[in-house]
Amino acid sequence: MAVITMRDALNDALREELARDPNVFLMGEEVAEYQGAYKVTRGLLEEFGAKRVIDTPITELGFAGLGVGAAMVGLRPIIEFMTFNFSILAADQMVNSAAKMLYMSGGQFKIPIVFRGPGGSAYQVSSQHSQALESWYAYFPGLKVVMPSTPADAKGLLKSAIRDDDPVIFIEQERMYGMKGEVPEDADFTIPLGVADVKREGTDATIVARSLMVPTALKAAEELEKEGINCEVIDPRTIRPLDIDTIITSVQKTNRVVVAEESHPFCGVAAEIAAEIQERAFDYLDAPVKRVSGVDVPMPYAKNLERLAIPDVPQIVAAVREVAYL
Amino acid sequence: MSSHTTDRRQNASATASVIDQPTTKRDGAGALTEDRDTLVKLFHQMLLIRRFEEKCAESYSLGKIGGFCHLYIGQEAVGVGAISALRTDDYVITSYREHGQALAKGMSPDAVMAELYGKATGCSKGKGGSMHLFDASVNFLGGHAIVGGQIPLATGAAFASKYKETDQVTVCFFGEAAVNQGAFHESLNMAQLWRLPCIYLCENNMYGMGTSARRAMSFEDIAAKSCAYELASEVVDGMDVIAMRQATLRAVERARKESLPTLLEARTYRYMGHSMSDPGKYRTRAEIEKYQERDPIKLFRARLEENGMLTDDDVAAMEAEVREQVDRAAQFAEESPEPAPEELMTNVYANPLR
Repeated sequence: MAVITMRDALNDALREELARDPNVFLMGEEVAEYQGAYKVTRGLLEEFGAKRVIDTPITELGFAGLGVGAAMVGLRPIIEFMTFNFSILAADQMVNSAAKMLYMSGGQFKIPIVFRGPGGSAYQVSSQHSQALESWYAYFPGLKVVMPSTPADAKGLLKSAIRDDDPVIFIEQERMYGMKGEVPEDADFTIPLGVADVKREGTDATIVARSLMVPTALKAAEELEKEGINCEVIDPRTIRPLDIDTIITSVQKTNRVVVAEESHPFCGVAAEIAAEIQERAFDYLDAPVKRVSGVDVPMPYAKNLERLAIPDVPQIVAAVREVAYL
Repeated sequence: MSSHTTDRRQNASATASVIDQPTTKRDGAGALTEDRDTLVKLFHQMLLIRRFEEKCAESYSLGKIGGFCHLYIGQEAVGVGAISALRTDDYVITSYREHGQALAKGMSPDAVMAELYGKATGCSKGKGGSMHLFDASVNFLGGHAIVGGQIPLATGAAFASKYKETDQVTVCFFGEAAVNQGAFHESLNMAQLWRLPCIYLCENNMYGMGTSARRAMSFEDIAAKSCAYELASEVVDGMDVIAMRQATLRAVERARKESLPTLLEARTYRYMGHSMSDPGKYRTRAEIEKYQERDPIKLFRARLEENGMLTDDDVAAMEAEVREQVDRAAQFAEESPEPAPEELMTNVYANPLR
């Protein structure tokens, strides 16, 4: 297996799927000639041409809706948002068109589309360019929401998302594009949507984490190991549909749970996971479910304030100690 | 194209007070060159839509149709004329005022009425209702209920035709109020930039719900707005089915031969409220009656009769047949079963994962 960056793993997935299916096309701001604002689409214009790798005007509602319309009549668009912050402009088409088309047409029009791009916290870009929006999209039946945390997962999940017949919101983490990891080179390597991954096995407490919080949780688990606390780290990978069974199985073993996320706590995914755990495994819990979330403020610019707003290793360590009554 | 836009600008002062002007613009496009069968079919379709919509109003007042129900009465010439210019494999996509266009595209009155009644036999299996009629078998891409939401979707269908090199054309219907949405402007820009075979057909019925265009638009000449994107455009008398057909034929040719979009502005009028729950206090009875003098069905009947293509007996026979068809659709809807409870959970995902 090759060791490559998350950026290159995503690039490989796009290249392989563009090569595999002529109905797949890629559209977004700066994806072609500029080679991608984050270079995820590097080289694709040269390889597949301007018909299939398309630079758009800055017109998010327009090109998101164009993608949905193209998907209605048989194409398989990949729509890149330069960052998911800009998807807010396109939300009407993602929610009112993509998510609901199959249902309100009585099953006649499926929407095989991927909306992808970076999301979550970035480096010192302040409030409008640094936020986690997965709980918005995960709210809607009809959408699938995927957030990879390793290069291998990024490649395998993106390939599955492109092959899937439903609209998939695929949120990459802006800070993780340079992260390296082993990635299978087989062109048929995929990872199924809707299946969680146990990133670290343990017996004393469960940490549920996604995206950037997975490496953070793994570092916290290493710290806790030194104190003799053995943590299990579960990455749902797909937020909707959520593989709650894997989480519940872990909770039944460890009896203690911390859910870590970058997003705001109020109405967040961690709140949903906590609710599901208490509904399904209340009797197994030895402590209340503890959330570690981004601070409930817009993201600040100043480096020190930004650091305070995003969950870190010490916060997760403290949360695990809390549920372990240590 | 530039001559179009220049004309529009010169006409701007006249069209700014469109509400006071019946849509009398004929621009010489109304000559009868089609054969009798084609013309009588257009008349028949308009009559069917009129009677269908009247039946909808009746069924709505009896509580058999729920939710919102937006009728097409007064605007029949727009949908019928435009859709008659298309091939059967061309795409039509529209807003929530779509019963008439659905029928004109070839959908079954039974399946449409059953959808309005919320029945399992409805075209969308009872899950869409009046605002979400769909039929993949006739390339009717649906009624969409966010104002302007269908315009980017139409642009995407046209993009797909060009991508797949199928030479299919997409017609997108929307009301004049949708022109104030960003989706309209974003779509026209992309369509001209990428030369997409899409016809943007604005049905200017002069009211966005209860707000007149005059109170909502700084500049009411909708066709003229195309100049911002260098799009070809045309103003059409939306009460004249032949004018609608011929203008659409010109736009279809531009789309199919040159892969270029067109903005058509059809000047029309809706007789009923915005929806069935609209008391209509924002306009006068006299205004409605003024437009009814140029009723599209009445006008076309007179022209066909003048040209010896239709007699009173023909019309009477057609009336009887259409009324029977509509009654049969209502009966079919009435007698159809409700969706099974299990249908609540189906069609959420094409690939359900759990």
